[in-house]
Amino acid sequence: MSTAASLPMNPPIDDARNFDKGKVGLISLILTEVSLFSIFVTAYIFYIGKSASGPQPVDVLTVPVWATICLLSSSLTAELAVRAVRQDARSRFLAFLGATILLGAEFMRQTAVEWNKLINTDHLTIATNVFGTTYYSLVGLHATHVVVGLILLLVAFLAALSGANVGKHEHRLHLLSWYWHFVDVIWIVVFTVVYVVGR
Amino acid sequence: MASISHPLDEGHGHSAARQKASFWSTFVDQWIITVDHKHLGLMYIIVALLFFVAAGIQGGLIRMQLMYPNNTFLSPQVFNEMFTMHGTTMVFFVGMPFIAGLANYLIPLMIGARDMAFPRLNALGFWITTLGGILLYSSYFAWTGSAAGTGGAPDVGWFAYAPLTEKAFSPGSSTDFWILSVMLSSIGSTVTAINILATALCMRTKGMTLSRMPLLVWMFCVVSFQILVALPPLTAAQIMLLLDRFMGAHFFDTNAVGDAVLWRHFFWLFGHPEVYILIIPGFACVTEIIPVFARKPIFGRAAMIGASVSIGLISLGVWAHHMYTVGLPSRANIFFSVATMLVGVPTGIKIFNWIATMWGGRIRFRTPMLWCIAFLFHFLLAGLTGIMLAVAPFDWQLGNSYFVVAHFHYTLIGGLLCTLFAGVAYWFPKATGRMLSEKLGKWHFWLMIIGFHVTFDGLHIAGLLGMPRRIYTYPAGRGWEGFNYFSTWGVAIQAVAILIFVWNVLDALIQGKKAGNDPWDAWTLEWATTSPPPEYNFAVLPEVHSSRPLWDLKHPEDPDWKYEQS
Ligand SMILES: [Cu+2]
Repeated sequence: MSTAASLPMNPPIDDARNFDKGKVGLISLILTEVSLFSIFVTAYIFYIGKSASGPQPVDVLTVPVWATICLLSSSLTAELAVRAVRQDARSRFLAFLGATILLGAEFMRQTAVEWNKLINTDHLTIATNVFGTTYYSLVGLHATHVVVGLILLLVAFLAALSGANVGKHEHRLHLLSWYWHFVDVIWIVVFTVVYVVGR
Repeated sequence: MASISHPLDEGHGHSAARQKASFWSTFVDQWIITVDHKHLGLMYIIVALLFFVAAGIQGGLIRMQLMYPNNTFLSPQVFNEMFTMHGTTMVFFVGMPFIAGLANYLIPLMIGARDMAFPRLNALGFWITTLGGILLYSSYFAWTGSAAGTGGAPDVGWFAYAPLTEKAFSPGSSTDFWILSVMLSSIGSTVTAINILATALCMRTKGMTLSRMPLLVWMFCVVSFQILVALPPLTAAQIMLLLDRFMGAHFFDTNAVGDAVLWRHFFWLFGHPEVYILIIPGFACVTEIIPVFARKPIFGRAAMIGASVSIGLISLGVWAHHMYTVGLPSRANIFFSVATMLVGVPTGIKIFNWIATMWGGRIRFRTPMLWCIAFLFHFLLAGLTGIMLAVAPFDWQLGNSYFVVAHFHYTLIGGLLCTLFAGVAYWFPKATGRMLSEKLGKWHFWLMIIGFHVTFDGLHIAGLLGMPRRIYTYPAGRGWEGFNYFSTWGVAIQAVAILIFVWNVLDALIQGKKAGNDPWDAWTLEWATTSPPPEYNFAVLPEVHSSRPLWDLKHPEDPDWKYEQS
């Protein structure tokens, strides 16, 4: 019994059926992020209609149709980019990844335009009332995740442009696309709560 | 088969190079830049023990202030800082790093892996947690005034109720130290949780199916799930509090329709599961140790897994039993009372199974087993006072009294700390290759148990007699003096016990008996390798056919796999 190597070999070995550690890690991360967002969403819903003074959602918020179309379709292009990697179609991969980045950047530009209007025209800041407090923190938290995703996508894009072997990183790109889909799904929740229910 | 982080030959080359290296480069290699799960595990435990000493001294100072009525040993401001630092340190920088250390050290060895799934992430988690602890204690140097909320250390209590934490009431930086250091600890715990799940689900050796995985690993998976779900509410609330304090937001600002009760909901949404995050690793140790010392396999293995999972789920829905005194609607009171009592069912199943494992066994009363038996007694009593507090009207009377203080110290010292000492006594030979002294171990055990009871038994009655928690001092003649006087002496007995423990550890490291690979005649994989294990854990990754692989090895004529399905 000096080493574990001498463990009996007689019965057939069942495969331990191990999972992919990248996927388990990312799903765990998404689980904890969902929990984080749910608290900010709860706070938003809790404070709907409670602002005593200052601008109300119905006065200043317009439904961001174009930004939403951009972000949702960027999920599609991300998926197409991952498929292109699988089929070893390098230029198609670059095109779809580039499109994903542009669509994500356009979403951020729309957010910037909206915040600029809210701050400078409507005089709504995070300190104005609880609507401002919950609005900027929830939308801002989501936007932070979009920015993180954009940075990661950009790193992948630049690495691919500078000649990295894209096929070798297929698994990582696949995981990155999952993160991007997650950011998208969160936007659907934020959109529903802020622009549909809360308005 | 699992991927291997430290291939065999790489490990060999590494240790050969090390023999020539100087002391300092060896030190840096092994204890600073290491990504080895065993070193990180021990580092977590050492850091936890250092903070345990700090928080223990704070607890002792609190008790000295309360020893006599109308005492002025500490100032009121310092007293507030003491109980805040004591609670915050014990939960976030003793409990959490200690369980992270156990998980890191044991899980790869028990599932037959060479390291955690993400070794570098593991090192990141350790250093972030440690940095958080250093940040918390550096608050003592940020003294800006002697008024409340402006002194150095945080003074808002470990649950930091709003609106006391708002800028208007805590204008100094002490509350920011609390927020940021706890946030760092939470990030470290989250990273560890992700790593535990990925390791348990993806790194198991050949033949180790989930149904054969040691119960300790199962329970740490439940804990990891709870960490991932239950820590974000605290982190989110802390982000909101930072926005309130620095950007003028109004989440908990009661002057601008902000709601202080919302903080309490978010905090206890974290705070209650946290209790189970701390105690389930204790269950895990007990579940591994009792069978080995009763010489029987665990009773009701599947029920143990089921009970752990249901504790993990139910405990997410009981948080408001910490908020009865806020004044909840009676429907909420009924819901949270019933839900809380429901947790007693799976916990009861576990206690039944531990006792059934011992029943009819040939019990060896060595120190690890003594701690486990003490745990069973204490945890049963703590569970019973917990059920009492779950009843809303009872809690209206005794919430925020010393009855509550005595209750949760029963769970955390009588329960958790006993199991951690059990774990240390059991796995110390594996980690160091040396046996702890049984004689010193028994002195440590009995003094600790006596000290614990002298400290906390009477405080239940002081609470029943109306002594509120967190009071700075109290007048004579309320009937509280005797309980407080003896309680403080109990702390002194516990301190002696801890000193004996430290002596025992140092003595064993210097001249302890050689442990050998398997001093307890145990059945899980960590005992199949040398003590301490080599850098690569196993020269050849083992193959497993049952939930007690070493039993199969030692009893080839009657192996477990003949009786276990799947
Ligand atoms: Cu609780």
